[in-house]
Amino acid sequence: MPTMPAGKPARKRITGAIFTMIASSLVLSGCGPAQADNTLTWYINPDNGGQAAIAEKCSAESGGEYRIETSLLPTDAAAQREQLARRLAAGDASLDIMSIDPPFIPELAEPGFLAPVPEDVAERTTKNVLEGALAGATWKDELVTVPFWANTQILWYRKSVAEAAGLDMSNPVTWKQVMDAAKEQDKYLGVQGAQAESMTVWVNSLIESSGGEILENPEAPADEMKLGLTSDAGRTAAEIIGTIGDEGLGGPGLATSTENDSMIQFQGDKGSFMVNYPFVWPATKAAVEAGTLEKSVLDDIGWALYPRTLDGEDTAPPLGGINLGVGAESDNVELAYKAIECIVQPENQATYFVTNGNPPSNTEAYEDPRVEEQFPMAPTIRDSLELAAPRPQTPYYNEISTGIQQTWTPPDEVEADTTPAESEDFIIAVLRGEKLL
Amino acid sequence: MSHDAATDQKPGQHRKQKKYVSDRARAEKRLGWYLAGPAFVIMLMVTLYPILQAFFDSLYAFRLTAPDEREFIWFGNYITVLSDSVWWRDFGVTVLITIITVAVELVLGFALALVMNKAIKSLRGLLRTAILVPYGIITVVSAYAWFYAFDINSGYINSWFGWLPGIDQELNWFAEFWPSLFVIMASEIWKTTPFISLLLLAGLAQVPGELTEAAEVDGATWWERMRRVIIPNMKAAIMVAVLFRALDAFRIFDNVFIMTNGAHGTEVLSLLAYRTSITRLEIGLGSAISVLLFICVLIISFIAVKGFKVDLAGSQGGK
Repeated sequence: MPTMPAGKPARKRITGAIFTMIASSLVLSGCGPAQADNTLTWYINPDNGGQAAIAEKCSAESGGEYRIETSLLPTDAAAQREQLARRLAAGDASLDIMSIDPPFIPELAEPGFLAPVPEDVAERTTKNVLEGALAGATWKDELVTVPFWANTQILWYRKSVAEAAGLDMSNPVTWKQVMDAAKEQDKYLGVQGAQAESMTVWVNSLIESSGGEILENPEAPADEMKLGLTSDAGRTAAEIIGTIGDEGLGGPGLATSTENDSMIQFQGDKGSFMVNYPFVWPATKAAVEAGTLEKSVLDDIGWALYPRTLDGEDTAPPLGGINLGVGAESDNVELAYKAIECIVQPENQATYFVTNGNPPSNTEAYEDPRVEEQFPMAPTIRDSLELAAPRPQTPYYNEISTGIQQTWTPPDEVEADTTPAESEDFIIAVLRGEKLL
Repeated sequence: MSHDAATDQKPGQHRKQKKYVSDRARAEKRLGWYLAGPAFVIMLMVTLYPILQAFFDSLYAFRLTAPDEREFIWFGNYITVLSDSVWWRDFGVTVLITIITVAVELVLGFALALVMNKAIKSLRGLLRTAILVPYGIITVVSAYAWFYAFDINSGYINSWFGWLPGIDQELNWFAEFWPSLFVIMASEIWKTTPFISLLLLAGLAQVPGELTEAAEVDGATWWERMRRVIIPNMKAAIMVAVLFRALDAFRIFDNVFIMTNGAHGTEVLSLLAYRTSITRLEIGLGSAISVLLFICVLIISFIAVKGFKVDLAGSQGGK
C-alpha cells in the first residue's frame, strides 16, 4: 500500500498523536483559567440586577482589596440548591460567596460544606436583624450564614371585594373569613396549589399558625424524626386546603398555580384575596406603566398580615429570603467574609429592596426614607417578618418538603381525615430509606 | 411472490470472504482501526466508565451531603427500588408512553414516508425539509411551546378547541393524569414522527420497483401491494425505526420534566432516576435506578433484535 507506510515509527507517531489528543482534550475540559488571588465569585440567584450592582459597589469601596464577580444560579430554589450542593460536595474552590435559601442551609452546614462565620463578623452582621431571618441562618445554635434579605407572604386584597364582604381589614382576618368572602362574591382566592415548594410553604404556615409544627425534633437523625402532621393543627391545615380545592375557590388553575399565576389571576376580574410575596407590588406597578393593566386595579389593591388559621391566635406567615454563605473549600474565606460584611450593610439592603423588591432582614434598613416611598406596605412586611415561622430546619428538608408536595396535591384531593396521616407515614418511610420519593 | 430473495442475499456473501485475508485487507483493517480507534477509546471512557461507576455506586448507601455515612449494602438499593410501588408505577407510565407513542408514530411516520416518496420531484426537497422541522427543534424548546399552548393561563388551545366536548376555558390540562399524559405524548409524537418517517422513507426507497409493478400487472390492489410486497420488503427498516424510537421513548425525560415535573402520577423512570440522584442527592439509590433503567433498555434491544430475527448490521438503517 503506497499511501500507508506500515513501519514502526509511523505507528508510534500515530499512537503518540492519539494520546496527545486525548490528554489535551482532558486538560482543556478540566481546568479553566486561573483567577487572580483577590477575585471573589458570588453565586447569586436571578434577580433584577440588584446583587450584581451591590457586588460592583462593594468591589469599588474595597479600594482594590477584592473584586466580586457574580455567577448566576438557576431560577428555581430547588435547582439552586442542587447546583450548590453538587459543587460543594465536589470541593469546588470557586464557591467564595453563595446566595442560599434558608431551608437548605442545615443540609449544607451539617457535613461541614460551609466555612464557619468568624465571631467578630457574626457579631457585626447580626445586629438589628429580624429574629426569623436569624433563625434561618443558624444551625445547631451556631450562625453558619449571614442573613441578607428576608421574604414573607402578606395578604393582598381587592379593596372593593373586602368592602362588599363587610370585612374590616385593619383587624386581622382568618382564612375562613377570606374563603367565605370569595365564595359569596363568586371570586377566586390567590393561593399556590401547584406541586412545588410553594405547597410546603403554605402547609407550614397553616400548621404553625395554629400552634403546630411539621417537624417536632429537627436535629434528630433521619430514622428517628417525629412529624406533627397528624396533630389538630395538621388536620385544620388539610381542612382549609381541601375546602379551597373542593369548592373551586382557587379558580380552575389552582392545581398548577405558582406565585406568578396567582398574581395574574388576582389582577383579573375574579381577583379577591391573595397570599403572596412583595414582588407583586413592583410587578403590578410595572404592568400599569406598560399599559397592560388598568390603573384602577392598582388603586384597588390593599394589604394586610397573612390570614390567621384560628380566630384569636397570631398568624405565622411564611418566611423566605436569602442568606450568604462561604464555601469551606474557598481559597479566600477571610476576604469573602469581608465582602459579605459590605454586601449586607443596611444601606445596601434598603437599595436592594427599592430596586428589586426583596425586603431587608435588617430592621435598620426599613427606616430608610426611600423604602416607604416605593413600598407603602413596608411596615406590614416588617410586622409579618417578626411573626414569620421558618420551614423545618433539618438536613433532610428536601425529603420532607417533597413528601408534602406529593401528598398534599392536588388541593381538591386533600382530606382532613386521611391526607395528614398518609403524608406522615410516607415521609417517615422515605426518611428511613424504605421508600422511594 | 418472491420477496425472500431480496432480503437474504447480502449477509451470506460477507461471511464467505473472511477466510483469506490478503495484505491489502489487513492493511485496510489496520487503517480502519487508526481511523475509528480514537473515537472508540473516547467512547469507552465516556460511556463504559460512567456505567461501571454507576454500578459501583449502586451498591452503597451514599448520600452526597453525608459523605461520612457511606456504607456498602450489596444489593440493598435494588431491593428497595424493586419492592417499591413508585418504581412500578413509573415503570407502567414509561411503558404506556413508549407503546402509545411508538405505535402512533409508526402509522403517522409511514404515511408521511409514503407522501415524501410519491411527491413529484420539484416538491420533494421542500416537503422533506418541512416534515423534518419538528425534529430539528430542541426538545426542551418544543416542550415549553406545547406547555404554554395548553397552559390554563397563557394557552390558546382551550379557546381554539372549545367547541369539542370536554374542552372549555376552565380545563386545566396539567392538573390531572390523563390530560397531562395526553399533552406529553402528543408533543413527543409531533417531535419525533419525522425521525421515524425518515427511516421508513429509506426503507421504502429500497423496495424494488419491479416488484410493485409486477404486482400491479397481476391485478393486486393498493392494499394488497402494500401488505404483500412493500411492507415485507422493508421489514428491516421498520424494525430499525421501532427499535430506535422505543429505546428513545423509554428514556423520555424533557417533556415530563418541563410540563408536570412528575406531578399527578406522570413521573417516568428517567425522571425518578434524576430526582433520586440529583435532587435528593441519594447517589446510591439513584445509581441503582439508573442501572435498572439501563437493563430495561438492554432488554428492549434484545427482544427487538432476537425476537424479530432482524440482522441490523445487514440493513441500511443507520442513524
